[in-house]
Amino acid sequence: MAEMTLVEAIRQAMDEEMARDESVFIVGEDVGKRGGVFRATVGLFDKYGEERVIDSPLAELSIVGVGIGAALYGMRPICEIQFADFIYPAFNQIVSEAARMCYRSNGDFTVPMVIRAPYGGGIGGGLYHSQSVEAFFAHMPGLKVVIPSNPYDAKGLLKAAVRDPNPVIYLEPKKGYRLIRGEVPEGEEIVVPIGPARVSRSGSDLSLFAYGMMHHYALQAAEKAAAEGIEVEVVDLRTIYPVDRVTILDSLRKTGKALIVHEDNLTGGYGAEIAAIIAEGAFTDLDAPVRRLCGPDVPGVPFSHPMQDWFMPNPEKITQAIRELAAY
Amino acid sequence: MATKVIMPQLGESVVEGTVTHWFKKEGEPIAEFESLLEVNTDKVDSEIPSPAEGVLLKILAAEGETVKAGTIIAWIGKPGESLGEDAGGGSVHAVGETALAAEATVPPARSVTAGRDRDLGFISPVVAKLAAEYNLDLTRIQGSGQGGRITKKDVLAYLQGGAKDEPAQQPAIWETPGEGDLFRPTELMFPGGAPPSTPPAAPSQPQPAPPASGSRVVAHSAMRKRIAEHMLLSKRTAPHVTTIMEADLKRVVAHREASKPAFARDGVNLTYTAYFAASAVAALKAFPQVNSSWSDEGLILHGDIHLGIAVSLGEEGLIVPVIRHADGLSLLGLARAINDLAQRARAHRLQPDEVKGGTFSITNHGISGSLFATPIINQPQCGILGVGAVQKRAVVVEGDAIAVRPMVYLSLTFDHRILDGASADGFLAKIAHVLETWSG
Repeated sequence: MAEMTLVEAIRQAMDEEMARDESVFIVGEDVGKRGGVFRATVGLFDKYGEERVIDSPLAELSIVGVGIGAALYGMRPICEIQFADFIYPAFNQIVSEAARMCYRSNGDFTVPMVIRAPYGGGIGGGLYHSQSVEAFFAHMPGLKVVIPSNPYDAKGLLKAAVRDPNPVIYLEPKKGYRLIRGEVPEGEEIVVPIGPARVSRSGSDLSLFAYGMMHHYALQAAEKAAAEGIEVEVVDLRTIYPVDRVTILDSLRKTGKALIVHEDNLTGGYGAEIAAIIAEGAFTDLDAPVRRLCGPDVPGVPFSHPMQDWFMPNPEKITQAIRELAAY
Repeated sequence: MATKVIMPQLGESVVEGTVTHWFKKEGEPIAEFESLLEVNTDKVDSEIPSPAEGVLLKILAAEGETVKAGTIIAWIGKPGESLGEDAGGGSVHAVGETALAAEATVPPARSVTAGRDRDLGFISPVVAKLAAEYNLDLTRIQGSGQGGRITKKDVLAYLQGGAKDEPAQQPAIWETPGEGDLFRPTELMFPGGAPPSTPPAAPSQPQPAPPASGSRVVAHSAMRKRIAEHMLLSKRTAPHVTTIMEADLKRVVAHREASKPAFARDGVNLTYTAYFAASAVAALKAFPQVNSSWSDEGLILHGDIHLGIAVSLGEEGLIVPVIRHADGLSLLGLARAINDLAQRARAHRLQPDEVKGGTFSITNHGISGSLFATPIINQPQCGILGVGAVQKRAVVVEGDAIAVRPMVYLSLTFDHRILDGASADGFLAKIAHVLETWSG
């Protein structure tokens, strides 16, 4: 076993996949010589050369467009979008082309492409370097949307994403790149299937559903709540499309109460989908209204630190929401 | 003048129905012939139209209640129309309905619904569900939630603790060692006043354990309850014995392959079940004592052959629609009847009469891969034929040669009060013989 950071696990996954399969290549801004602005691809340029680790122009539309074309020719591109905030120029390529290719060609063509994008706030990044984009893509059948919360899953899910025959949006909680550390077994092939959620902490008083950075905080909050006698069951969704309804509903039926946490804006956020799954599938098991703790409905995570703190859910806010829901 | 809504008689032999769903609430307007409620009789659901236009003034039979046909179950009239004191089912009944209606006036146990309750505060969906499942009086449970609300945990704690102070936990008087005074006042022997012979509304079955964490209780569907009742009744009623034979279906398979296209032109899917039905009919004609029902007065030999065919509805359950006068049908007629009944059974479109009056039943459990089974008799019939999966097997044929033949196991479960092993075997051998010598 080796303890490593989230970003190291991501790098290791790409390294192993590139060594395993010659059709895997990386394309993105500053991914080559610089090794990525978050150092996710550091060392890979030297190891695999400029034809497999390609520095692209500042044009997300073409990063994804190139990826789609290469994928249709049998390659397995890993497109890096430097910040999820910059993904919108490529939105049309992702939604209109990549997501629909398998469907519109009746399975004759698929796009085996991964789009990696660091997302999320809490790093003083302001409006252009802090946003969460998952809800846009989780709305789109044809895409898979994966958000790891720890190094083990980050490695295993990225390897599964590279091997998946269809496009996968792989969102990386960038605040956790170096903050989140965890054990990853060495010399062992780790592939975490896309789809299943994971109950990361068992409890009986309420269920807390989260993913990415918020799952990391959720575990901290659950620890605090336990000291106060509240047993929280924490569910790490890991994949939000397709989502694991069975695990969500099983947990809810056990506890009767649901708290959903994400840093994306409240309205139309992914938490609404979880709430709807619970309302449809387990209404008669509810013992309290479903509670969402999310970023407020403002156009972006603000730059000013006090305002950023106001925006972001954190362990303290989550613990308070746990207390309120447990007391209901 | 308000109009009565009466539980209809949904078929000649159907004497009662269970209200499964009211499509309207009290106070809601309704048009004449608009669907008013759903009634379940013997696993078949029927929608009952409103007999008049107006407002649903009062519902007398709550969802889940079973009442006799002819009982007044609701009133429809003008908004605000008074029903008088006896509208609740006292004496304003059509001639001959009084006794029936009186049953409907027994107040049902207070049902708890999710929402705001005047006395208890907010009742969450899961608390309402648990209260209904365990028939709990929520007023006896102390709430620990916001504003004194009763939480799921409160209910579970009550269920777990409640069992401890049940007086029934005390050992019965005859289980305790004698103390010398054998004859004591019964009040002393049975504290609480209730002698053990009439336990207060004690359920006939052991109480289910309260759900431990990780377990949960899934409410029974109406169909599941009917199946459970019937299976228990049948096992209690008839001493079951099962005998098993096998049959070589070579000729049946050949006949089916040859006839399928012709049947398909008539819009009929020719299944093996049709052959088993036809051979059962032939055997029932040859052994009329199998087409019978036990009664203490004597054996009732049925003049007609009404053949029940078990149809699986997946996880929902099982239903046995009946082919009436099966002895008057050709193979084509049987196949068509089986297609029709099975399709409508799966679509929930059977009429209540169509699942009644069978005199013998067939269950083709081989469809799900079973080789042989010992089915439970469909009361009040004498027997049931179980048909296993048709499998190619190596068998020894004439001249001591080994041949590959499509074989099937046939099981006959019979009521040993009526038949003995030898006569049952004769009947089953007849079925096997008809199948093996099939000539169309």
